[in-house]
Amino acid sequence: MALFASFAVLGQARLLSAIHAFAWQGALVAAVTLTVAVAESAPELYFSAVLTFSLKALLIPWMLHRLVRRLGLSRHLDRPRHPMLATVLAVGMVMFAYWLVLPLVQSSLAFTRNIVAISLAVVLIGLLTLVVRRQAVAQVLGFMAMENGLFLAAVSATHGMPLVVELGVAFDVLVAAVLFGVFFFQLRESIDSLDVDRLDRLNEAREDQP
Amino acid sequence: MSAALPLVTYTPLAGALLLGSLRRDRLAGWLNVALGAVSFGASVVLAWEVARSGVVTGFGLRVDDFSVFLVVLTAFVGLTTSIFSRPYMQHVLHTRLTGPYGLRLYHAMYQSFLFTMLLALTTNNLGVLWVAVEGATLSTVMLVSLYRTPEAVEAAWKYFILCGVGIALALFGTVLVYFAAQHVLPDPAQGLNWSVLNAHRAQLQPAVMSIAFVFLLIGYGTKVGLVPMHQWLPDAHSEGPTPISAILSGLLLNVALYAVVRFKMLVDGSLAHTSHPYLAGQLMMGFGLVSFLVAGLFLHRQRDVKRLFSYSSIEHMGLMTFGFGLGGPLATFAALLHMLVHSLTKSAIFVTVGHATHLAGTQSIEHIRGLLRAQPGIGWPFLLGVAAIAGFPPFGIFTSEFLLLSATMHAEPALTILLLLGLVIAFAGLFRHLQPMVYGAAPEGLEPVKVNMLPVVLHLVLVLWLGLAIPAVLVAWLNHATVLIAGAPVL
Repeated sequence: MALFASFAVLGQARLLSAIHAFAWQGALVAAVTLTVAVAESAPELYFSAVLTFSLKALLIPWMLHRLVRRLGLSRHLDRPRHPMLATVLAVGMVMFAYWLVLPLVQSSLAFTRNIVAISLAVVLIGLLTLVVRRQAVAQVLGFMAMENGLFLAAVSATHGMPLVVELGVAFDVLVAAVLFGVFFFQLRESIDSLDVDRLDRLNEAREDQP
Repeated sequence: MSAALPLVTYTPLAGALLLGSLRRDRLAGWLNVALGAVSFGASVVLAWEVARSGVVTGFGLRVDDFSVFLVVLTAFVGLTTSIFSRPYMQHVLHTRLTGPYGLRLYHAMYQSFLFTMLLALTTNNLGVLWVAVEGATLSTVMLVSLYRTPEAVEAAWKYFILCGVGIALALFGTVLVYFAAQHVLPDPAQGLNWSVLNAHRAQLQPAVMSIAFVFLLIGYGTKVGLVPMHQWLPDAHSEGPTPISAILSGLLLNVALYAVVRFKMLVDGSLAHTSHPYLAGQLMMGFGLVSFLVAGLFLHRQRDVKRLFSYSSIEHMGLMTFGFGLGGPLATFAALLHMLVHSLTKSAIFVTVGHATHLAGTQSIEHIRGLLRAQPGIGWPFLLGVAAIAGFPPFGIFTSEFLLLSATMHAEPALTILLLLGLVIAFAGLFRHLQPMVYGAAPEGLEPVKVNMLPVVLHLVLVLWLGLAIPAVLVAWLNHATVLIAGAPVL
């Protein structure tokens, strides 16, 4: 399901729909955390489930939503480049993820093995989203989707990281989200758009520069 | 229990909070220096304690011979760069590139950057290490875009996305290490504590650890600036304020490499009895060599003086990665020494470059001419700094490069040719740009600028001293660190 949501983030043409897909993904990750917490009776995971849900499913999507409205992008379309190719690549990445975790097979339960592969696939598809998307907002979604995948891996493979690390990671993600928000305004101020394809001033052969 | 350890790490944190809320920009510059001095003083005391008792722990922190040497270096360069940055940022304020608000942001972020670097070095928890390195990215992103020009915003965006993605992969690697630890440690909750992991490293599952190391190397390697993940580095260095370039090159890259080396120690232990015991080292040698050679070639086509020296940083980081990858006491010793002298020299060069661009009013190499005539106070340190970084004999970089070459000759003779070739390419690349910048006639109408060469002179004298005679204390110290990393002393 979380994997499906990544495909949705990758493929959605409208920004708002992509944000919604991302919010669902966050909610699903929180649900998985909760399931693991119940199944393994690990009380600290309840806490991280709540943290994930409030951060990834509510707060960050809400912030992005508001930003998109304030920047007047709510009707904005951003089609990924080569949607077919991207989908095929994404499927390839899922297979690659399953192949990569084969060595882990011996050392883990069947349930978690599957989910490690899925979380790796979510990370890789997040990466792919970053590559094929032109809009800064959509790139941020790819970035955050990667974090979701990582979190899923942490929860499922190891029953969660120690609390101090989890808090630190959550704090970093939150700061990153705020910074992204600041950046949207800076980007728009400097290049009049959030289309990162226009960021092409810095390269090696700057012949025209003084 | 040591008081110096928390003082080193948490002084900059307090400083960040304080400077973030302080509205008086002149005072803030001085306070920045004072905080740097407190942190550096405490780090010297800490070094003395470590020398006496081996490992110092407390407040969730742990420092051993390997990390304390980088702690002192980080605090020192942080202090000297803050001495340079005070007048420099006043100048920036006068040119209206940024306002009082930007200056406040600058000082707060400067301290929080130092805090994250020191936390990364002093923590014992690999998860906190990750959080700190990510925190270093977040605190410098705003600094890179401080001037709000389209180029600066673009550089910061690239830096943010690339390093964010890279470091996310490193987190996946960390999760895998934790996963491997779950099955072997008596207390799985300790699975991210480096000292515990290191004690049990032979039992960690080799297959998991080797997959984890690939992710970790790519992840932290992005921050080290290894080719092909280096794309953010020249942009961020060239567009951000000059003191930031100095601490990015001099400190951040070291800390990222430090993380890679810590993980390499674990992976080496885990793979020791399998069919490919040197996997981690070989990967590092490959990436290091490619970075070294590619960056050397790119030196030739630069037009921007700060970009030129950021490629030089990539080149030297490649060399260090290669050295740590090669392993063995001599190569490790050389790489540690190289870390030290490169940081000192490179931050000195960036400070000088800051003055030179101020004098010439541009960062373009074509328009910086005749520095020796225009203002010898800038020209000479610049000439000497570049000579040092290019590996001229009396300076410390020559010593470490020579040691590294000897180690390579011993272990992998064929690669020596590539190393020598790379050194020559880089040397030529630096000097073809240096020549016109320092010699020849200066453009008309340049007003000499007020300079603050104290940090530069201090750094260059240290590097020269390290080249002529390394003090016995330092040798013993690096030797301890070498024993820790490579398992055997060099002497």
